Amino acid sequence: MSGALPQGLPRLESAGLDGWMVRLFDAIDEGNMPWLTALVRECEATFGDRLVDLVPSYTTLLVVFDPLRLSPGEARGWLAEILERLQPDEATSDAPVKELPVWYDPSVGPELSRLAELAGMNLEEVVACHSERNYRVFALGFAPGFAFMGSVDARIEAPRLETPRRRVPAGSVAVAGRQTSAYPAVTPGGWNLIGRTPAVLFDRDREGFSLLRVGDRVRFVPIDRAEFERQGGDTRPMEEGR
Amino acid sequence: MTHPVDGLSVTRAGPLALLQDAGRFGVRRLGVTQGGPADLHGWAWANHLVGNAWGTPVLEVTLGGLELVAERDLVVAVAGADLSATLDGEALAVWRSFSMKAGQRLAFATPVNGLRAYLAVAGGFVARPVLGSVACVVREGLGGHDGQGHRLAEGDCLKVTPRRASSGSEAPREERYDYGGAAELALLPGAQVGEFSGDSLFQAFNAPWQVDDRADRMGVRLTGPRLQCRMPSMISEGIGLGAVQVPPDGQPIALLNDRQTIGGYPRLGALTPLACSRLAQCLPGQAVRLRAVSAEQALAAYRHLRTAFA
Repeated sequence: MSGALPQGLPRLESAGLDGWMVRLFDAIDEGNMPWLTALVRECEATFGDRLVDLVPSYTTLLVVFDPLRLSPGEARGWLAEILERLQPDEATSDAPVKELPVWYDPSVGPELSRLAELAGMNLEEVVACHSERNYRVFALGFAPGFAFMGSVDARIEAPRLETPRRRVPAGSVAVAGRQTSAYPAVTPGGWNLIGRTPAVLFDRDREGFSLLRVGDRVRFVPIDRAEFERQGGDTRPMEEGR
Repeated sequence: MTHPVDGLSVTRAGPLALLQDAGRFGVRRLGVTQGGPADLHGWAWANHLVGNAWGTPVLEVTLGGLELVAERDLVVAVAGADLSATLDGEALAVWRSFSMKAGQRLAFATPVNGLRAYLAVAGGFVARPVLGSVACVVREGLGGHDGQGHRLAEGDCLKVTPRRASSGSEAPREERYDYGGAAELALLPGAQVGEFSGDSLFQAFNAPWQVDDRADRMGVRLTGPRLQCRMPSMISEGIGLGAVQVPPDGQPIALLNDRQTIGGYPRLGALTPLACSRLAQCLPGQAVRLRAVSAEQALAAYRHLRTAFA
């Protein structure tokens, strides 16, 4: 592995008897992702059916293997070899941008005004600020299909709610710190809600299950209420939203 | 392959009964948790006693309270916790297979030893796999007898593909665990172990820890001396089974089958799969100790378990 990696990295760390944590970076950066997606692919090719799970996230990749068919030492050796020749993925930087339609409205995005206030903007400017850039998926977690994306414009950065909501409606588009996401299903949540997408983010009957993957580029596209409804969006405001 | 038929009907649900195969693998990168049996050892024995292959779905009964009626003649086995199970009112031995005639009633009452009992049926319970597994994860609405991640409810009927098997198979004495005594949990030290203060490391492996009542299939909180770590939090990263994370309050949380897939607290290391099994049988208030082990020791113990059930 060559290029601008921080000193002492990459590093292989023990993660139980069936796992290694590959630590590639020490800070969150969009530029990490082509390295991580390349590493995911290389691990799949090298480990084959001895691979149990891969969990890429921001700066690391957790590699879980079958300890009945591979010793931790062998797995470590394979990973060291992969890292030796790893090159960042060129392809993902040209990969198509996935578009998520969003109805930005205070009735489904109660913190739209909070962000506006914090930024000293009007609502339209907040919407423009959120939807005018491409985001990168850094990690999936918290719930199936929940994508941690970044980074939002520093002007609309906003801390999490002091008290998380017990029920955030599915499709809610949200901001926390400089990250943004969309809730795939009804869950508790403490992020600032600014709109709602009619897109189905996690579908057990769809191939691949999750609409978004680590490394994806994503753009939020503003739509109006009529278009949101036409695409099957749930317009019920927060209080009754399911 | 026989056609699935009605096997057991639920006449009383109890607090938590879930269908579990070995777990859901290959989809953790999508934020989907592992699921599977909290006590792998008890789960594996239940299947083994009725001659089922590794991975066959088994019912995990937590705390008791479940009551089932056989819809046909079956051979079943109970392993893991002793939840004072009875068959038509007669006390049933744990770690043993037995036959159940159509109409007979199997009832779990309250925990006598351990917390989670495993009920296997010869031939296996049958459910539609979701994302490659029937492991029931309530929080994610995935798997289980109905595919929607629901715990068993009164009126549910569990499908089975019955197979003839002999009753009266017993686990050897050394495999019939006593969960009542103090538990020693084997832990593989992890990469952040050096970030804890020397005192905290001494305490981690020497102090008695108490299982908190905040304990479920996601994780078990341990209370005891406050551990101090120089690293308050990290960038979120993947979490393996058994990871022992230490949030800023200094009280460790051992993460089990339904844990979140990524997290950002520093970790002492990871409990071995068998230590997770042991912890999953501890009731709140029970004392446990952490013991550091080498990867070689942990691997030998795990391979012993797995090859016993090949």
